[in-house]
Amino acid sequence: MSIETRRFVVNRVMGVLSGAAAALVILPLILVFGFLLYQGGTSLNLDFFTHTPKPVGEPGGGMANAIVGTLILIGLACGLGLPVGILGGLYVADSQDAHLPSVVRFLADVLNGVPSIVIGIFAYTLVVLPMRRFSALAGGVALGVIMIPIVLRTTEEIIRLVPASLREAGLALGLPKWKVTVRIVLTTARAGITTGVMVAIARIAGETAPLLFTAFGNRFWHHGLDQPIAALAIQVFAYAISPFDDWHRQAWAGALVLISIVFLVSLVARLATRDLQRQAR
Amino acid sequence: MADGLQVTELNAWFGTRQVLMNVNLRVPSNAVTALIGPSGCGKSTFVRCINRMHEVVPGARSSGQVLLNGDDLYGPGVDPVMVRRRIGMVFQKPNPFPTMSVFDNVAAGLRLAGVRDKNLLHDVVERALRQAALWDEVKDELYKPGSSLSGGQQQRLCIARAVAVQPEVLLMDEPCSALDPIATARIEELILDLKKDLTIVIVTHNMQQAARVSEWTGFFLMGELIEIGVTRDLFTHPREKKTEDYITGRFG
Repeated sequence: MSIETRRFVVNRVMGVLSGAAAALVILPLILVFGFLLYQGGTSLNLDFFTHTPKPVGEPGGGMANAIVGTLILIGLACGLGLPVGILGGLYVADSQDAHLPSVVRFLADVLNGVPSIVIGIFAYTLVVLPMRRFSALAGGVALGVIMIPIVLRTTEEIIRLVPASLREAGLALGLPKWKVTVRIVLTTARAGITTGVMVAIARIAGETAPLLFTAFGNRFWHHGLDQPIAALAIQVFAYAISPFDDWHRQAWAGALVLISIVFLVSLVARLATRDLQRQAR
Repeated sequence: MADGLQVTELNAWFGTRQVLMNVNLRVPSNAVTALIGPSGCGKSTFVRCINRMHEVVPGARSSGQVLLNGDDLYGPGVDPVMVRRRIGMVFQKPNPFPTMSVFDNVAAGLRLAGVRDKNLLHDVVERALRQAALWDEVKDELYKPGSSLSGGQQQRLCIARAVAVQPEVLLMDEPCSALDPIATARIEELILDLKKDLTIVIVTHNMQQAARVSEWTGFFLMGELIEIGVTRDLFTHPREKKTEDYITGRFG
């Protein structure tokens, strides 16, 4: 075989292998989404998005309260997770200390590895016990704590990627360090940080275990953040283990809505930061 | 009281390594002073000591006195941020802010210092871009990202950004080393233009460049200022043997 033919063959084989690997990455997502669409698509109707669950035995009803509940829980979690995660990541990336960054990084990775149900117990002890009731707040705290290490680590990595020459340019212009950090470093890193936040939101949107004994779930509209609140993940879980076919179908539909919310949030964030990323290149 | 920069017994360290030894130097105002010398001789550190950027590096410190028009830049209670407003800097590699447009890049210094007046900002940006000889090339695309310009244009954008805040001194740390000869020539013309309003200190590896743009040239070697003099004299009749060896290419 001549060297040209060999190169041609190797090139082709490697090309096909890489393509197959890339396809394999997105295949599970397509399968999951397709299966959810097949199983739950028929139960999706206007009622699903506008009504609360019907009592056992009555057909129909929806998960409107759970959809709203999930969005509220995500909002609460962001309220805790984003400031702590982003500011913490910024501090660690900027720190001149010899040990602090590696210690924080290690602890964040450990926290990231803690099973989410343990974090649920943590929020239970921290919020539910003193308040003496399950609440949206407790669920938000549990999810927020799960977000912190993810957001902190991505923020730190992205901030480190901002070239030192940009900081120097800002300082040399006579800007105080905090202004350089906020207006130049953070702005430059915005697109990357957004991606990290999206990953964190996608992760917490589907969390069920830490919500079981914090947000608790609710078959009705909630009345305040200090009350138990419904969440899609809990609702799907409850319906999936129930003995009713109708509830099973609604569980599929709930899962489909949940994955769609994550998809939409990621898409919006992508579009919002697309221009910035293009500029940053 | 001296006009321009007066540097007295300046020493600088990175950790325990001393990189500047007892440098004494006067930089006259409204003139171009070039600093030459082999890599690692301390000329970049020297200019970074003038605008107090040296101390930004972890472990770096310095001692000595730097006077700008009589004001002690290292005096007690002097804010390095205020020093850097009076002394602008242009770096080796063009470093426009990537998320900002051409306009925003030039306006950055004033805007981030709190100036909101749109008309004023527009006037300042136009004047700075004209000073940097970039206005005609970018006036129709002021809102394009600064990073979309060519390398030479980006460097002039950085010069515009630095002069927009009307500093008294402009430090240029090898401003042309990443540019082609045509872009280099434009920057050199620009330097000759700018010295009407500014005191310029330029670090360069290119001795022809030093000869072309500067009135004064200083030669650094191993952290010491070996010799400083009128540019033509330094290149034709160096007083020191080390200077002669360097400019005739016998080492470095």
